[in-house]
Amino acid sequence: MIKTKIQSEIFNIVDEMKEISGSKANGATVSFIGSVRDLKSENLKTLEIEHFPKMAEKVLNKTAQYAYKNWGLSQCIIIHRYGKLNVNDPIVLIITSSPHRKEAFKANEYIIDFLKTNAPFWKKENTEKRSYWVNQKD
Amino acid sequence: MKLLYFAKIREVLKKSEETVSLPSNIITAGDLIDYLMNLDDSYKIAFEDKKFFIAVDEEFVKMDFIITNSKEIAIFPPVTGG
Repeated sequence: MIKTKIQSEIFNIVDEMKEISGSKANGATVSFIGSVRDLKSENLKTLEIEHFPKMAEKVLNKTAQYAYKNWGLSQCIIIHRYGKLNVNDPIVLIITSSPHRKEAFKANEYIIDFLKTNAPFWKKENTEKRSYWVNQKD
Repeated sequence: MKLLYFAKIREVLKKSEETVSLPSNIITAGDLIDYLMNLDDSYKIAFEDKKFFIAVDEEFVKMDFIITNSKEIAIFPPVTGG
């Protein structure tokens, strides 16, 4: 099962895990949540995430399809949020399941690394004093 | 041809999209960028640091990609997904 979703509202990891737990092929399930972190030097007020909807959907789907095939996953879920978020709010959820743990871990890491540099989302940090677009990191 | 802009580039150009009719000598994605930069200073500011990507039909393309039959081209800064 592959599921990808782009939404502004918060996701519920418990509901998503329920979908995963029904499959007999899962010996291992890895879940990753990326969240909004505060800044070191000043307080972050909000993080705005802009996206290119059509392309983002395509990239998420293709990435999930590739990981599913390449690591022989039984399930793969990617949910990415957009809009105005606060510190600690979850941004992205990636769940990968496979018969053995190695593949689930590897696929999950691949997906988040790939999305960082290929999924058309852009982050803008708003602090008390300024607003600026976040640069791409590794 | 429809052009889409996102994030910082959208802010610099003060528009998220526009429709353009290109002269016949604009063949590649690189030609399009040069054409726009000669059109108006705002494009020059938006593209001069060369920190942008181009997507045609939602796929990343290089500057030598032929755009003569393209309907929609997106130009945006490096992405920060995840």
